[in-house]
Amino acid sequence: MLKIENLHVEVDGKEILKGLTLEVNPGEIHAVMGPNGAGKSTLGNVLAGRDGFEVTAGSIRFLGEDLLTLSPDERAIAGLFLAFQYPVAIPGVNNAYFLRTALNAQRTARGEPELDAMGFLKLAREQAGILDMDDKLLQRAVNDGFSGGEKKRNEILQMAILEPKLAVLDETDSGLDIDALRIVSQGVNRLRDPQRSMIVITHYQRLLDHIVPDVVHVLADGQIVASGDKSLAMKLEKEGYAWLKATKTASEALTLAS
Amino acid sequence: MSNAQIEQIIESRYKHGFVTDIDSDTVPPGLDENVIRFISAKKEEPEWLTEWRLEAYRHWLNMTPPDWAKLQVPGIDFQSISYYSAPKKESDKPQSLDEVDPKLLETYDKLGVPLHERARLAGVAVDAVFDSVSVATTFKDKLRDVGVIFCSFSEAAKTHPELVKKYLGTVVPTSDNFFAALNCAVFTDGSFVYIPKGVRCPMELSTYFRINAINTGQFERTLIIADKGSYVSYLEGCTAPMRDENQLHAAVVELIALEDAEIRYSTVQNWYPGDENGKGGIYNFVTKRGDCQGDRARISWTQVETGSAITWKYPSCILRGDDSSGEFYSVALTHNYQQADTGTKMIHLGKNTKSRIISKGISAGHGQNSYRGLVKVGKNADHARNFTQCDSLLIGKQCGAHTFPYIESKNPSAKVEHEATTSSIGEDQLFYCQSRGLDEETAVAMIVNGFCKEVFQKLPMEFAVEARALLEVSLEGAVG
Ligand SMILES: Nc1ncnc2c1ncn2[C@@H]1O[C@H](COP(=O)(O)OP(=O)(O)OP(=O)(O)O)[C@@H](O)[C@H]1O
Ligand SMILES: [Mg+2]
Repeated sequence: MLKIENLHVEVDGKEILKGLTLEVNPGEIHAVMGPNGAGKSTLGNVLAGRDGFEVTAGSIRFLGEDLLTLSPDERAIAGLFLAFQYPVAIPGVNNAYFLRTALNAQRTARGEPELDAMGFLKLAREQAGILDMDDKLLQRAVNDGFSGGEKKRNEILQMAILEPKLAVLDETDSGLDIDALRIVSQGVNRLRDPQRSMIVITHYQRLLDHIVPDVVHVLADGQIVASGDKSLAMKLEKEGYAWLKATKTASEALTLAS
Repeated sequence: MSNAQIEQIIESRYKHGFVTDIDSDTVPPGLDENVIRFISAKKEEPEWLTEWRLEAYRHWLNMTPPDWAKLQVPGIDFQSISYYSAPKKESDKPQSLDEVDPKLLETYDKLGVPLHERARLAGVAVDAVFDSVSVATTFKDKLRDVGVIFCSFSEAAKTHPELVKKYLGTVVPTSDNFFAALNCAVFTDGSFVYIPKGVRCPMELSTYFRINAINTGQFERTLIIADKGSYVSYLEGCTAPMRDENQLHAAVVELIALEDAEIRYSTVQNWYPGDENGKGGIYNFVTKRGDCQGDRARISWTQVETGSAITWKYPSCILRGDDSSGEFYSVALTHNYQQADTGTKMIHLGKNTKSRIISKGISAGHGQNSYRGLVKVGKNADHARNFTQCDSLLIGKQCGAHTFPYIESKNPSAKVEHEATTSSIGEDQLFYCQSRGLDEETAVAMIVNGFCKEVFQKLPMEFAVEARALLEVSLEGAVG
């Protein structure tokens, strides 16, 4: 599905990712944890193709293709989805219209038939219902005046409707209350599929109680410094990241975690 | 309006860039009193109107073009312009669409304005002005039933001289400004509307203008009178074929709203803006003004300006009656080397008068976009209120947005509010759209349409759809 090798990324001339390697197989869920400023969102942005994130070395292959040659919209059409840590508002643009236009752009590019307004609204209402999201949000401007939790739900709604092959969820749990966390996680779990992979960026182990990952990684200072199973997340929750810093090499950390 | 409808019409967007070669019957270039007498004679006008034109011409001779706008205007040689052109057989104008030159109808079809269809489906009466002369007027019967007069200006001068004489030039006098004076002297045609007392006009009135003959300035004259307690919504739309010459356009629109009357005037303007290097394009110097003469009268201007190389235009309201109100909703887009200096004047004279100004300026490429607005409160205008919101959106680094708000208040009880913002189209918004699978152009169009929403909402539905489509076409190539 996704193969990142020795990825180096600079932003404004400053190196943020420093030789990151990560492989995600179809159907897998990978959790990425790590201290503030480690480069987690940078990873999401690079995958989605944001301007200004310059890849200086390394490679990313997505479904066998060189991801780095594709524009952001081509990546979306190829099946990549980023749920933003801070979704941006687009004043005056109807949320349902936005999402339907996006869906149909993707469908058209893939040679699939477009969904008409009625068909779309039915789908959107159904998915919004699953996420316990107020229908009214569909008729408001994209993320405009949405609460933090509403924005996060809206991201997951988009994911549910666009049905990507690989989804990167950047701190989708931050800002959600306990009930919302459960509901959104259920929404995400419904989308679990042997053909769909996810990278879940989070600071909190409790999300991983709901969305159980296959692998947990620790990203620190631009590299994956530890990988393990769910117990790694629990250890981090208890002990923080300090013990990782104390270990000298990533491989040592790996051993510690397992 | 549903998204499906919007999309359907966007898909059938105009195709631009063709010229119809209907032979024109044109006077040689140049302007003097003889040319004015010729025009007046062609139109079979009464003596007083000829004299009125000549008076305007004499004013004009002593005037100079305005130079205060933030516009680079190439020198215009007014003697190289031909001031009259009309389709052949001016004497036997068609009385119905069946009689209209099929070639002309074909032109409208190409423009995406299938006249008959549009008229039938939308119930809109259409007074199509082609090369300065009205060639088709529909739905007259339906309007006649309720006593609404909707005809070409020349026709009104013949059939309703008392109304024309009473109101012509009362809002925009012959000496008002250089371009208005020129219009008064040489206008060839336009539209005339009269809504009788207490009548709500049963349909939206719509006129499509089109400039066609080479090197011919276009001088429309529109006069709309809404008698006491009446209501009318008037739509003006313009398209033009691709061409190289710069063309001068100097229209005058006068609106008169008597007691309790309401006039809504909407324009979607899409004249040729010139090419991507700034070559060619229409020069649009327009004077539009409404007079809320009666108490509680209301006038609302809504404009979407995407065309023209140069736009100089300030649709204004004189709020004379007590409790009268004026509105101005505007979207002005400048791309490539287009320049726009546009805005409004709200003149509060009556008590408790209200005005509202919402201006959205969009600049892309090397476009220069200025908002210029005057809110004036007279000493008797107790408790006058104005709210102005003026937002500018920049696309790219070479364009410019400028705001010139002027406030003159002679009444201490007046309340005038002004809000202004300038922003660049957000990289984060663009990326967000693209990350969902929208290409850059679609994303820009979507963000810009969102920015303009408040204004589009004020347009009649089919116009809103057209406006969105136009904006999209006008922004092609704005990014990347
Ligand atoms: N435009 C920029 N210019 C300079 N530095 C930047 C820029 N964008 C990001 N950075 C830096 O890159 C580093 C990684 O940022 P990133 O957002 O990827 O962190 P993160 O791991 O997602 O952190 P958090 O857990 O707080 O969300 C930070 O030090 C950040 O300040
Ligand atoms: Mg982050």
